[in-house]
This record gives sequence, structure tokens and C-alpha cells, in this order.
Amino acid sequence: MSEGDAVVSLENVTVLYGRSNRALNDITTTFARGAVGLLGPNGAGKSTMIKSLLGFVVPTHGRMRVLGLDVATSPVEIRARIGYMPENDAHIPGLNAVSFVGYCGELAGLPRADAIQRAHEVLFYVGLGEARYRNVETYSTGMKQRIKLAQALVHDPDLLFLDEPTNGMDPRGRDEMLELVRDLAHNKGVSLILSSHLLPDVEYTCDHVVVMDKGRVATAGPIEALKQPRGRVYELRVKTPGDLETFFDRLRAAGMDCHSTDDDIVRVFVPGDGGARQLFQLAAAERVQVRHLRPSVPTLEDVFAHAVGEA
Amino acid sequence: MPIHDQGYRRYGGDKARGRAWLVIVSTGVRAMLGNRRWIVLMAVSWIQFLVRAVQFYIAANFSQANILNPTAATFRDFFDKQDIFVFIMTVMLGSSLIAQDRRANALQIYLSKPLTRAEYIFGKLGILMTFLLLITWLPAVLLLVVEVMFAGTSGLAFLRANVYLFPAITVFALVEVVMVSTSMLALSSLSTNSRFVGILYAALIFFSNALYGVLRAVTGSSVVSWVSFGNNLAQVGDMIFRVPLRYQTPWPVSLLMIVALVGLSALILERRVRGVEIVA
Repeated sequence: MSEGDAVVSLENVTVLYGRSNRALNDITTTFARGAVGLLGPNGAGKSTMIKSLLGFVVPTHGRMRVLGLDVATSPVEIRARIGYMPENDAHIPGLNAVSFVGYCGELAGLPRADAIQRAHEVLFYVGLGEARYRNVETYSTGMKQRIKLAQALVHDPDLLFLDEPTNGMDPRGRDEMLELVRDLAHNKGVSLILSSHLLPDVEYTCDHVVVMDKGRVATAGPIEALKQPRGRVYELRVKTPGDLETFFDRLRAAGMDCHSTDDDIVRVFVPGDGGARQLFQLAAAERVQVRHLRPSVPTLEDVFAHAVGEA
Repeated sequence: MPIHDQGYRRYGGDKARGRAWLVIVSTGVRAMLGNRRWIVLMAVSWIQFLVRAVQFYIAANFSQANILNPTAATFRDFFDKQDIFVFIMTVMLGSSLIAQDRRANALQIYLSKPLTRAEYIFGKLGILMTFLLLITWLPAVLLLVVEVMFAGTSGLAFLRANVYLFPAITVFALVEVVMVSTSMLALSSLSTNSRFVGILYAALIFFSNALYGVLRAVTGSSVVSWVSFGNNLAQVGDMIFRVPLRYQTPWPVSLLMIVALVGLSALILERRVRGVEIVA
């Protein structure tokens, strides 16, 4: 992907907390238009990257561009064109939902009448239409997530930063939130970067992914391309006489990636042309009973496990 | 089919730039004007204006009451008497201005919008300064107008003889309001608990006054008045209104202390008002 197609690009960006804690370690990557997932375990540097792009954190080294503008020289121009949904609970105290979202619209430069009109519209869009005259402080966790999305949308940004948007939501609310995010990216023409450690959320809503681990980019690209097998994935149900980890160690020693998804279900990535026969041989050697084996479709979880394992 | 599609629509209108601080001020002022207790406090703070207006009327219309004729000292005294309301309003309103935003993580919301940290600070300052000017500068200027209205030609003569009064009222009101607002805003940025901020502000005022009292008793001189925030303001006020100085401290020292306090407050605000708090 060329830099011109990207909504966000980072060149050799390093962020230091204190003297030695590298939250971002010499990162060079780009984020394509559309929906891009920013994946990684807790502490990988996802939130730091977003806060750096917003100008909240100043990198010690490197250059960042958002929508073609340099973060170091044009932070205000950038923030006029982006929306940010923070990870933690955040609101302006003492206001009801319409006033809060309308106020955010005004802060972003909308005339008061337009800001209030759009506040009503986006509150209906995120599913808070009936509760829009309630004080935000009385909202449930799920409602607070929705209003954070509303305030990020009210000024019609070209790019949205969503930091863990489904945190604390019940399953139904989570599905609705993911539907909204998907709709924004695929039907409303809003590019977005979705930071999450939940792989299903990213897989459902995003076309591209950037996987981070320990302050570095572990892998990046279109999800479908990353899921193309460079080997085969098998799902096994096994019974072991001893510790499952011993079997895992044996598989890893043979160059395979493996992780258990349930008590006795294991997903194994066999690189290259190696197949089930090799797996059976290794299982026999470890006296592991393979009670069920079936080829599986690679998922984002496999991509993630593979990338983070290599990072 | 719905009459109006309530789905998300792109916005085609214009977006203004550089007026976010004004939005913060106007929203804050509107919110306070909706508070009944605040309105009552505002009304009470104007009682002195009414009393002075009656005094000016009597002085203008009854020759036996010449003793009530206004002087520059009258206006200086007006500001002194308003100090209690300045204090109450600063504690009531100012203590929560940033503390509440910090408690609700609102700084991330503000600073993710197209406004700078300076605009945010000016916006918050603007709310407090607006109300403080409404109970200091505005009634003082209106008293000048009232004097001219009630006294007619002699009122105009008073104005000509004291032509510096309008600038003096304006400059002193600004010095007082800027000093009080920036220091309270800086304290408000230090905590997420507005009640604690209010107590801290009051404690600093009273402590500095108490310290001056002790030092004065020990040294027997008022030259140490610069240790008190209120005394510095009073000293500079006396100089601006051209009335005899009440302390032996040179007024430039008092002015320097005020500038230092405002500078320190600005430094605290610069460090505390950030989109993210990093604990390394």
C-alpha cells in the first residue's frame, strides 16, 4: 500500500515512558482507508499509538501523518477531521446527552443549531434516542459506550479512532455496537481504526489489521490475505496421559504453532506441505490419543497467535 | 417508510475554527445562569451597588449630606467590600472548573476536538472571569454613570477631576480577576475533588494573611505584607486608585508577587492540562 492510500502512516516512531520503557519501539506502518483493526494483547502499545496520533503523547523519535497532515505540525487541523472514542469512561459532567453531544459538536466548530440537530441524529443512530434527555452520569456502562461513540461522530469526522469500543458491554449491546461500527465503515464512508484485544470484534468489523506486540508491529495487512494458509490448520480433540504442554512443546519443536481453544481441543498450524500424518506421528511419539481431527479454516486468531508468537 | 431517516448522515455545512474557547465560556455561563442559588448570590453581590447609588443620590440632592460625596477612595472602598463576594464566587465556581473535568476524564474529550490546551484554559478562565467582572467592574463603572446622572454638572466636574477613575476601575478589576481566576484554576487542575480545591484555596488565603499577622507582630513593620496574596492586591489597588498606600511594602514588590503568582499558576496549568496523564 502506498502512503497516498493510507489514512495514517508512522515512520520509525518511538515513544518512551520514563527513561527506558518503550511503549512504541521504532514502529513503521500504515493504516489503509476503511476499517482497520489494531490488535494486540494488553500493554502492546495500541492505546499509546492512538494517543500519539491524537497529539496527547509526543514521540521521542519518528514522524506520523494522519489524513496527509503531519501530527507534529498540524494537530488541531487533524483533530478537526477525526473523532476519538476513548477507552475509559469519559464525559463532560453535569450535562444531559443532547447537551453533551451538541456541546462536542460546537467545540468541533459546528454552529449551535447544526450541532444540536446532529446531536439528536447521532443519538438516535447509536440507539440512545429515548434516553437523550437523561443526565449522562446516570447512564449504564453500555450506554456510556454509545454516547462516547456519539460524541466522536457528531462533527462528521473522516476518520474515527475507537479504543476498545465494546468494553463492559453485554452480549446484545456488543453486537449492536459492532453493527454500528461495521455500518460506519462499510456504508457511511467513515474510515476507522478499531483498537481491541478481542479478535472476533476486529474480524467482524474490519478489512485490515495491524497486530502489535510489545511495542512493535508483529504483522499487518488485509485480514483475508493474512488468513491465506501458508500451511494447514487442524483442529484436534486429544487425550493425554500427562501434561498437554509437553505435547505442545513437541509440536513447536517441529515448527508448528498450537494453542488450545478448550480443555481438550487444540488448533495446530502445520507449516508448508506437512499434513495430518506428521501430527499423528508426533502424537504417537508422545502417547497422545487423537480422538478427533479435522482440517480447519484459518481464523484471525491463528494469524494473531502466529504473529505474536513470532514477534 | 419513515418520513425522516434517522440513520447517520454526512455533514455538509461549514465548521468554524478558533472559537472553541468562546463555546466553553458561553456554555459555562449558561449553565451557571440556570442555577437558582447562583442567581441569588449574584443578586446579593449587587446590594452594595444599590446602597452606593442611594448614597450618591442623597449626596447630590441634599446639601446637608456633603459628607457622602464620592471620591476616588469611595470606588477603592467599593472594591474592598466586594472582595467577600469575589472570594465566595471563586470558591463556588472556580474550584470545580477543571477538577470536575479531570474526575470525569473530560480532558480527553475536550482535547480530542480541534482546540488547543491554551484555548481550553482560556475558556475555563473566561467563565470565572465573566462572573467576577459582573460583580466588580460592571457595578463600579455603573456607579460612575450613576454619579453623573444624579449629580448633573457637578457629577461631570467630578468625572473631569478624576478622569483616571474609569481606567483605574478597569485595570484594577482586571488585575484582581486575573490573579484570582488563574490561581484558582491552577488549584482546580491539581485535584479531582472540587471540595478539596475550595478548602485549599481558602486555606492558602487565610494562611498567607495569618503569616503576615505573625511577621508583622514580630517585626513591628508592615513591610512584610508581600507574603499575603490579599495584601499584595490591596497595595496595588491603592496605587492604581491613587489613594494612600496601606502597607510599607513598595507597590512594585506587591505587583511582582502578583505577576509571580499568575506565572506560577500558568506553569501549573501547562503541566496539568493534558489529554493523558502519564505515570512512568
